[in-house]
Amino acid sequence: MSGSPFAAPLRPLGARGYAICLSGIVWRELLRFVQQKERFLSALVRPLLWLFIFAAGFRSALGISIIPPYDTYVLYEVYVTPGLAVMIQLFNGMQSSLSMVYDREVGSMRVLLTSPFPRWWLLFSKLIAGVVVSLVQVYVFLAVAFLWGVEIPLYGYVLALPAFILSGFMLGAIGLVISSLVRQLENFASVMNFVIFPMFFASSALYPLWRVRDASEALYVACLINPFTHAVELARFALYGAFNPVACAVVAGTTLVFFALAVIAYDPGRGVMGLRGGPKGEAS
Amino acid sequence: MDETRPVPALQVAGVSHSFGRRKALDDVSLEVPQGRFVALLGPNGAGKTTLFSLVTRLYACRVGAVRIFGHDLSHAPSAALSELGVVFQNRTLDLDLTVRQNLAYHAALHGLAGRALTLRISELLALVGLAERGNDKVRTLSGGQARRVEIARALLHRPRLLLLDEATVGLDLASRRGIVALVRELVRETGLAVLWATHIFDEIEATDQVHVLHQGRIIAAGEAAALAAGSASLEAAFRALTEPDEDAAA
Ligand SMILES: Nc1ncnc2c1ncn2[C@@H]1O[C@H](COP(=O)(O)OP(=O)(O)O)[C@@H](O)[C@H]1O
Ligand SMILES: [Mg+2]
Repeated sequence: MSGSPFAAPLRPLGARGYAICLSGIVWRELLRFVQQKERFLSALVRPLLWLFIFAAGFRSALGISIIPPYDTYVLYEVYVTPGLAVMIQLFNGMQSSLSMVYDREVGSMRVLLTSPFPRWWLLFSKLIAGVVVSLVQVYVFLAVAFLWGVEIPLYGYVLALPAFILSGFMLGAIGLVISSLVRQLENFASVMNFVIFPMFFASSALYPLWRVRDASEALYVACLINPFTHAVELARFALYGAFNPVACAVVAGTTLVFFALAVIAYDPGRGVMGLRGGPKGEAS
Repeated sequence: MDETRPVPALQVAGVSHSFGRRKALDDVSLEVPQGRFVALLGPNGAGKTTLFSLVTRLYACRVGAVRIFGHDLSHAPSAALSELGVVFQNRTLDLDLTVRQNLAYHAALHGLAGRALTLRISELLALVGLAERGNDKVRTLSGGQARRVEIARALLHRPRLLLLDEATVGLDLASRRGIVALVRELVRETGLAVLWATHIFDEIEATDQVHVLHQGRIIAAGEAAALAAGSASLEAAFRALTEPDEDAAA
């Protein structure tokens, strides 16, 4: 149709193109992650501190009751390890959402969105990239925990991989939606206060739900509603070779809902880009 | 479509855009023919970047239409974006990655990888005069060199239309000249179509097509020489157009 004297552009948008796009986005995220050593260290130090402190002080918190998936009495540090692993993913999810806000401000979001691949694929790739980075962190944490004496059956590390992928995806999708709501970088403090802390503390990460229920019925209900609880339980069960269908359903459902919301939020005709004017957004 | 006339590289038809109550673009229409250098001239705040945001599909075009080589941006965004290379006003390279890593990332966003890509990157780095800097971190480059990398990046997927938003902003005179010369050479040698947004009159040559954007409206369009006719310079003609008090308005 065009009378151009030179070759049409390369347009390899087939399955191979999609895969290249995805791996390129993941690769960039990993490169950036490797370069930010402090980020990696602080991501590890946080849960390890919890682990060490709890190991010293709170051993009796669980009492002698045996709850699934455990089939014996477990030490408290063993109990909190899955929750701390998913907490790493929670921080990571919020941090990559933050980097989306940063990308919006510095304009690399503009570059990302000039890709001819569909927006949902770009967001999906961003999510996968965040999940991969979080998996590196989680498994390094589990390795240190192992050295500390938190021994999980070896098959558990393998079986928990799909659980961590799914929970990483869910927390990343929640982060994406939040990134579309947060206008500026400085708002990370509020994300901490209003998202990360409530999700972490109102969950089964630190205390089993029956114990929470003893303390407060309202808190128990909040824990049950909190998808983070289900992400933790999914991982906890998987680490001991068990499958928790309720947790899996909740995590998968939450992931789908938030991913759909993120796609809407980043649609050029709707959501954050359309309403706020995208990067460098002034008050509109 | 008219069979005798090639489809324009870029066609902006009746585009308006508002931020809240502020109208940033008001019924803007312009065309960039294939293989031509077209300037979009406008002072700061005229709406150049807003127009670029619409053409790159950062925001949806609610009023009017944008077509790239005949592909409507709203209906065939993928085909339209494949034809398009962009250099944004703000720096958008990852400073801590190397030049080649930056380029490879961008290529991946277009589905490109492999040996052919490595060659393409070398070819483009040579073209922009940075063949030796491929493995250096972007942080170590000068402003002008970084801009050249962004131009190379924008050309990776062989687009036939290149948009540059104030590509010379913040550069010293020599680098500015170098960038302008590079882009003009690309137009001459490869038949690339270019939309060059700027507020600097010096960057426009007498034979360029110019669209003058002011407060969101195109207030004049045509060959630079024709627009400047009757005034001391293009700049004087622009002043006459934008300052209604002096009754030199065209
Ligand atoms: N995200 C935004 N939100 C609100 N107003 C904006 C936004 N971006 C640009 N504007 C306004 O739109 C007008 C055009 O801006 P812009 O397109 O950046 O001009 P230029 O690039 O020509 O300097 C200006 O008045 C600017 O303040
Ligand atoms: Mg601008």
